[in-house]
Amino acid sequence: MDILNSLVLLANYIFVPGLTYGCQLALGALGITLVYGILRFSNFAHGETMSFGAMFSILFMWLFQSWGISIAPLPTVLIALPFGILCTIAWVLFCDKAIYKFYRTKKAPPVIFLIASTGLMFLMAGVIRFIIGPRDQTVSDGARFIMRAREFKEMTGLDEGLAIKTSQAITVIATIIIVTLLFWFLNKTLTGKSMRAYSDNEDLALLSGINPDRVVMYAWVITAIIATVAGTLYGLDKSYKPFTFLQLLLPIFAAAIVGGIGNPLGAVVGGFVIAFSEITVTYAYKKFYAYLTPESWHSDGLLQLLSTDYKFAVSFVILVVVLLIKPTGIFKGQSL
Amino acid sequence: MMDTLSSNRSVILFSIMGLLLVSVGIYQSWSLALTILNFCLISAVMSLGVNIQWGFAGLFNAGVMGSAALGGVAAVLISSQPVPEAIAAGGGGILAGIATLIVIIAICYFVFKKMRDHRDLSYMIIGIIAFIGYLLVRSIFDPATGAIELVDAARTGFLGGLGLPIILSWFVGGLFAAAGAWVIGKIALGLRSDYLAIATLGISEIIVAFLKNEDWLTRGVKNVTGLPRPVPYEVTLQKSPFYQGIADSMGFTIIEFSSIFVKLCYTGLFLAVLILVYVLSEKALQSPWGRMMRAIRDNEISANAMGKNIKARHLQVFVLGSAVVGIAGAMLTTIDGQFTPSSYQPLRFTFLIWVMVIVGGSGNNLGAILGAFIVWFTWNQAPEIGNWLMGVVTSGMAEDSALRIHLLASASQMRLITMGLILLLVLRFSPRGLIPENNR
Repeated sequence: MDILNSLVLLANYIFVPGLTYGCQLALGALGITLVYGILRFSNFAHGETMSFGAMFSILFMWLFQSWGISIAPLPTVLIALPFGILCTIAWVLFCDKAIYKFYRTKKAPPVIFLIASTGLMFLMAGVIRFIIGPRDQTVSDGARFIMRAREFKEMTGLDEGLAIKTSQAITVIATIIIVTLLFWFLNKTLTGKSMRAYSDNEDLALLSGINPDRVVMYAWVITAIIATVAGTLYGLDKSYKPFTFLQLLLPIFAAAIVGGIGNPLGAVVGGFVIAFSEITVTYAYKKFYAYLTPESWHSDGLLQLLSTDYKFAVSFVILVVVLLIKPTGIFKGQSL
Repeated sequence: MMDTLSSNRSVILFSIMGLLLVSVGIYQSWSLALTILNFCLISAVMSLGVNIQWGFAGLFNAGVMGSAALGGVAAVLISSQPVPEAIAAGGGGILAGIATLIVIIAICYFVFKKMRDHRDLSYMIIGIIAFIGYLLVRSIFDPATGAIELVDAARTGFLGGLGLPIILSWFVGGLFAAAGAWVIGKIALGLRSDYLAIATLGISEIIVAFLKNEDWLTRGVKNVTGLPRPVPYEVTLQKSPFYQGIADSMGFTIIEFSSIFVKLCYTGLFLAVLILVYVLSEKALQSPWGRMMRAIRDNEISANAMGKNIKARHLQVFVLGSAVVGIAGAMLTTIDGQFTPSSYQPLRFTFLIWVMVIVGGSGNNLGAILGAFIVWFTWNQAPEIGNWLMGVVTSGMAEDSALRIHLLASASQMRLITMGLILLLVLRFSPRGLIPENNR
């Protein structure tokens, strides 16, 4: 019984949150990796792109709520999501035309793109705070839980509960759909194949008649879709705060690099590696340990390897270890 | 010809900057103008530091915030009064913990060096040693830090500092930042420029997280306030009949005068540091070393073929630049008179400094200084301009219109938008900055 309890404890505090967080990071890292694979620079504005998409979804959500539209028990933001995506696509394509295209035709070095993307990051951070304000916004409405801890206890008769939030289930399902669609697109459609070819070897792709402008446009459109979904899901699961997206940049980049930057499969795996490491290292194992050992062994300590305030450090250490030992990442990076 | 042209240009641009500051003095207040000037000077030192890394060597350091924060810690550790009870409670434990940490790092390094032939095995052994060592260090540290944090937690709860003059910390802040840069440079230099950017972004977040949470060292988010000053206090001046006399003869009230006098003292100190750093880095830029750095920046492969050790030079320039930023970080904590870890935000401390360097002219020290002045001035005045702009925009709207209230409340966000626009516009239309690098 104690063993079962301890397993439920881990499922509740590590597996379920880790899975959700991993999905969010994986989606974020996919955006970074796509831009890197096709446009060949690290997009520092990606966190703000996620935030931007989430903001539009929230604005449409408020509009729908004011009209009394609801799809309870699912959160209203889901029907607002397509509109948020459209706005983000429009914005990202506009930015590409106004900013990045110039440097692309000039064949500027990647670091110039990087600096331009920090400029865009500033601009977008300001616009977002200007439109929606710097404060917290709650996104979730509808049913909060699929399964409450109390219900689980009554159902199984265990001492430990397992809670699954609606937002967590939505995050996992949405990620599966997005990732499946993306891989289908990249591997089966002509456009997807031309994107992979372009990412693999630009000169050869141009030689075989692939239109670079179209490839770049598709890369931005897909990035905008994934970023909006990622940002909205993150807001749905936690709450929407404009400043968190700058902090998310580090774990997202770490996920992309750990998996092998430019490799979509790597981005997904990297996302889960970072998420589960962060959560397992910062979880306090006191109660888990108490279930498995006789009472006389119990101590007062939390049995926490690292305080949760240092969760950046986890992604950073993994990043550094990968950079030192295998700079191309788990999967070989640098191609789509 | 080129030189006179660009020097004319800098004279004009600096004069405009001076006029802007004077107009703040006339239309707002002299005290505010001097505050802005002081922060401009500190920003200029920081921007010189980033210019050493980016302008001289082409290294993208996204961890400026970390170096500035390390400088701030130096100010606390040097100048605040020691807390004897806390040292008695946990000083020994902390020392033992640090000693253990050093031993463990030494063992790991030894294993790494000795087992060159078995890379994978050595990584595994190092991993195990590091894990056990971490638990060991924690078991020594935790009781000590707990004891320290219990000592009069409302007022102290930390080890305190050495109680030395705070000016000393400017130097020590440089050393701290240099040491931090050495470690991160060893790891991340030699990788692609993007990886350096991400690695430095990460380390700066960790440094700030450390300072926010290690209460025994910096009191964490409880902040260290009341750091001693290198200049006299306003209250002392106000009591002195001598200064009273000067104030009267100049037509200021004593309160105004004392505040301006104190700020002028800071201005003098900061200006001295700025001039020193400027002269040194200008000398470095014109020396054979500077020529070599530019050669490496412009073409790594051919510089390497000429026998230059690129990784070592990059490490050197990275450490130097970070040290300069560390000095500025200590100066900033000095003028604030307090250390507040939560005030370190990457937008303000990393990316804003980048805007300064790019706007001013990367590779040109005068440009970096000018950029710091312009950008800090704009950053400071943008909310005012935003408020005015929003006032004009909303003047036609009804008093209680929701849009009007929202626009007026959001006016302070104009500074982020302004900075983003400035950076993008300069990068696009004047990529070499306002005072471009001289062609030698």
